[in-house]
Amino acid sequence: MGEIWQGLVAAFWLIVSLDADLVEITLRSLQVTLTAVVIACAIGMPLGTFLAIQRFRYRRFVIAILNALMGLPPVVVGLTVYLLLSRAGPFGALNLLFSPTAMIIAQVIIVTPLVASIAHQAVRDLWAEYHDLLISLNASKRQRMGTLLFDARRALLTAALAGFGRAIGEVGAIMIVGGNIDHVSRVLTTAIALETSKGNFALALGLGFILIGLAIAVNLGIHALSRTEREGTW
Amino acid sequence: MTLLPLTVRGAAVGRLGKLLVGPLDLDLAGTGITIIMGPNGAGKTTLLRMLHGLARLTKGEITWNVPLHEAETRQAFVFQTPVVLRRSVRDNIAFPLLLRHVPRKQAYATAEKWAARVGLAEMIQRPASVLSGGEKQKLALARALIREPAILFLDEPTANLDGRSMREIETILTQIISEGTRIVMATHNIGQAQRLASDVIFLYRGRVHEQSRADRFFTGPTTPEAAAFIKGDIVE
Repeated sequence: MGEIWQGLVAAFWLIVSLDADLVEITLRSLQVTLTAVVIACAIGMPLGTFLAIQRFRYRRFVIAILNALMGLPPVVVGLTVYLLLSRAGPFGALNLLFSPTAMIIAQVIIVTPLVASIAHQAVRDLWAEYHDLLISLNASKRQRMGTLLFDARRALLTAALAGFGRAIGEVGAIMIVGGNIDHVSRVLTTAIALETSKGNFALALGLGFILIGLAIAVNLGIHALSRTEREGTW
Repeated sequence: MTLLPLTVRGAAVGRLGKLLVGPLDLDLAGTGITIIMGPNGAGKTTLLRMLHGLARLTKGEITWNVPLHEAETRQAFVFQTPVVLRRSVRDNIAFPLLLRHVPRKQAYATAEKWAARVGLAEMIQRPASVLSGGEKQKLALARALIREPAILFLDEPTANLDGRSMREIETILTQIISEGTRIVMATHNIGQAQRLASDVIFLYRGRVHEQSRADRFFTGPTTPEAAAFIKGDIVE
């Protein structure tokens, strides 16, 4: 109980004093996570929509694989990306290992199946409702996808927030590919892992509270911007 | 060039090896409103979907007086359960025009005109999902009519509505018929059919059992099933 209290106090002072290191790793956490989520949404949402409206051979198999990939172990993703980006790997020449870019790549791989799968579920239900109307109105395939993506925007927002939730709290993959290098690739989760290993439980807990607060703030901000729950009937 | 006549020859729609409608022959031309009647499961909805191109033909053919791609753009369909997009009333009504790349401002102006015509002018900015059943059906009608279709298919558009909403929709239908739009409508409601129909197609077990002018159909049906249906008896 004492350590939780000390953690809260530590978090409070870190925020009040605008600790330079805290600001830096918080901003890096946001930069890496938001970039990864935006890229994952750009890939996952059209992919989910495509799978919802397009019939093709092995479609069910692809959807099953996509759903299975939602549980992709981050450590395995981290290891795979590490091997691909390491000097001996196929993309070693790009010199991306231990950089925020490598962390973004790993997070995109982790988050995309989650976003695509939730998008697929949401759009599939909407497609069942809109199918006849859109066919009747001679909407092109592109227009159908655009209509479904737009009208499923609330559910897709949930998909994006789920992706954000998974990415902001992720530690296994980004620790491997980012290396937790001070002033280069350290983010909130890797800093928590480091402080815990050093025995600085209060500081680790303080960073944890900041991480939770950040996740809540981003969620509230996105809900406020998109006016969710104010026009909840459509 | 006019869209009609519509010619149906040996057309049938099936599912899992069983024919739901047809094979049937049909000719549609002229003006007015053709009412498709028949007991539940007779194939009224399937016939409408078949004519509109929503149900794939198992056999036979349907030909319009114009090429198919042109025919597709000159017809509209109103479903029994109105489909409302998760948008405002205005965006719903303007939607077909926006799909045709009509400038947004112009599409909205036209949508407002149609909203006023169906009595939804005051609700134009509201989310469509908050409308009542009758209002949603009017919205669906306005969204169909904004395409200025030469032929309009309606699948029991007043089935779940109260008397007042039904009358309002019938008034709109009467107006658009007088403006030259051809209507093909399925209904269960014999009173409504008598008020609106210029001719009747009576479907029974997926086949056209009787097709005649409305006055002749209601005064002297030629088949026992149609006679029983008009009398209000149970026809299985």
